Amino acid sequence: MKTLVSITAALFLAAIYLIFFYTPTEAVMGLVQKIFYFHLPLAFTSFFSFFLAFICGILYLVKKDAKWDLYSACSVEIGVVLTTLVLITGSLWARPIWNTWWTWDPRLTTALILWLIYVAYLILRMSIEQEGKRASFCAVMAIIGFVDVPIVFFSARLWRTIHPVVIEKGKINLAPSMKLSLLLAMIAFFALWAILFRIRSQTLFLNARIKKLNNKLLEEA
Amino acid sequence: MKNIEFLAAAYMFIWGGIFLYITVIAGQQKKLLQKVEMLEELFNKGDGE
Repeated sequence: MKTLVSITAALFLAAIYLIFFYTPTEAVMGLVQKIFYFHLPLAFTSFFSFFLAFICGILYLVKKDAKWDLYSACSVEIGVVLTTLVLITGSLWARPIWNTWWTWDPRLTTALILWLIYVAYLILRMSIEQEGKRASFCAVMAIIGFVDVPIVFFSARLWRTIHPVVIEKGKINLAPSMKLSLLLAMIAFFALWAILFRIRSQTLFLNARIKKLNNKLLEEA
Repeated sequence: MKNIEFLAAAYMFIWGGIFLYITVIAGQQKKLLQKVEMLEELFNKGDGE
């Protein structure tokens, strides 16, 4: 874990150095465009979180093993945190460029819906006491909720939007120096995601262990 | 340096948000570890008796 933390810190330092000292400032938007180098990796890591929750949801329904439910919950929680940051950074970028904090653009609207779906997942998780029932309901919700991820990704291509499209037909529409900074930031965020996932999954497994021990104690009493 | 306040706010939100989340989950983990240790001690005592 310590090695992973050190590698992540080094990656972030290198990414920040590249973003501010190597990559040139964008000609039209100016300095505020540098939000992009964190905004896009945040979005991609959140999509990855929801994808993992989707896979774990399927695995839970097939195998009925509680560990998949815990992994799914962990992924969703991290995904919600990251999506919240995507929405905040997007809004802060939109204000000086679009002259508004928020607009009901297809990309923004579908991203907000994605956030709401997974916040609902977390509320659902907290509101069901029975473990098996909660895990099954949450697995189904993680699977259905994932439908919105490709909609968010393709919304800027399918409908008329003011949101910029960076990846088109498998190509990244950026200058080479911008591409390098983005790539490094992306790797750094995936490393951070791994740290968050590890800490959170350990916590959830500990919680499950405590519940089992409590039940055993009650039985013995 | 135009619009630098928006860039600064975005970076503060990102790092503030991530560190807050890490602090919360690491704090929870610490509490749960203490609880597990306590429960296991109780079990061991029970087994000894």
